[in-house]
Parts: sequence; structure tokens; C-alpha cells
Amino acid sequence: MRTVRLQREDFDAGAEQTSLARGRSDVGAVVCFTGICRGDGISAMTLEHYPGMAEAEIARHVEEAERRWPLLGVTVIHRFGRLVPGDNIVLVATASAHRGNAFAAAEFLMDYLKTQAPFWKREERGGEASWVEAKGADDAAAARWKRRADAAE
Amino acid sequence: MSVKLLYFAWVRERIGKPDEVVDPPASVRTVADLVAWLVQRGDEYAYAFENPKVIRAAIDRSHARPDATLMGAREIAFFPPMTGG
Repeated sequence: MRTVRLQREDFDAGAEQTSLARGRSDVGAVVCFTGICRGDGISAMTLEHYPGMAEAEIARHVEEAERRWPLLGVTVIHRFGRLVPGDNIVLVATASAHRGNAFAAAEFLMDYLKTQAPFWKREERGGEASWVEAKGADDAAAARWKRRADAAE
Repeated sequence: MSVKLLYFAWVRERIGKPDEVVDPPASVRTVADLVAWLVQRGDEYAYAFENPKVIRAAIDRSHARPDATLMGAREIAFFPPMTGG
């Protein structure tokens, strides 16, 4: 079961997590990550995205995760629009027979979402708005998965 | 070769519009060629592309490198490094 949604509305992480294992007995592990808008001196943030490409890029990475790990379900939800501290931003949930694959696939998907999915954050801080700069640490986190894949070849 | 261009985040703000249709000459063959051609069109483009190394591009909704060919492209997007997640 594969679900990718981009939406302005909030999501219910508990319900998304539960639905991955409901009614089946082959799932032994569900990992559910939620990214939340941090206060950190900001009053709000606005997420801009590239409609069409964002869905396609996330779907490509979900397919890649399914090739790498034996997954029984994946859900990715990314919000756009204006969010305030405490609001949900993104959800990645993975289901597998065993925890290792579910953990790894969820981390892989989040690392790639950060650097490859076409979203841009604009923060409002003390009445001023500015675009968030990409972090080298996020590129390094995504690159680890590439090195592992190369090493396996 | 008529092609639709899309701009996002501060690239969109600097150029001053979200999208446009352009008709570059046949000598414009790659993403890098297109950037060089756009830069000549005005100060707003020169400002947006002042540091071309940080600008990312996509051809028909897939990430593309500067040397990627524009042949057959219908939609080309330019944007800063992504900050989602």
C-alpha cells in the first residue's frame, strides 16, 4: 500500500500509523516519523512547492525505498502553505515485517525529502520574512545512502 | 523552440514572475546555455542567476544538471536548493 499526499490541511499521525497495519497480520513493524514546525524564534513559516514535480519526486523515492527494503506499506504526507510553531509539516510512515527495514526506509525517505523534494521554507521572524538556506548536513545525510548503495554494487 | 519556464522561491521573487514562455535561439542547447541566455535578458535575471552554482534546475519535473540537453523539453524550472521535510 503506497500513499503520497501533498496538502494544505493538517494530518492525523496516529490514524496514518494505525492504518498501515490495520486488518493484516504480516506487518511486524511500523515506523512513523512526524516533522513539526519548531518555534526557534520564528512566528510562522510558509512552504512553497512545485506542484506536479513534488508528487513525482516523492513517488520516485518511495519506489526506490521499496526496491531497497521489503516494505509492506509506505505513507508520505507533506504539507504546504503557512504553518505556525507546533504545526505538523511532514509524515513518513513505513511498514515491514521487521523493525530494521521499517526504520531504515523511513530515515532514507526523510533524508531524500529534505534535499530532493521541491519544497522551500520561508520563515517569518520579528516581522521579517526570509528563505531558509539549505544545510550541508542535510546533503551529507542524503549522501550516506548513495555511498551505501555504491558499496553494495 | 518555445518552452515554458517556471521559477520558485527567491528565484521567482528576483525575476518577478512565477512563469513565462520563451523562445530561445537554436544555439541554446543545455540548461547552462539557457541560464546564460536568460542572464542577458535583463537585470532581474542577472540577479536571480548571479551565483549559477546554487541554482537547481528541472526538466519536465525531473532534476537536471547544467549540461543536460533541452531537446524535447516542454517545462523547465529553476529554483534554489530545496529545504522541505
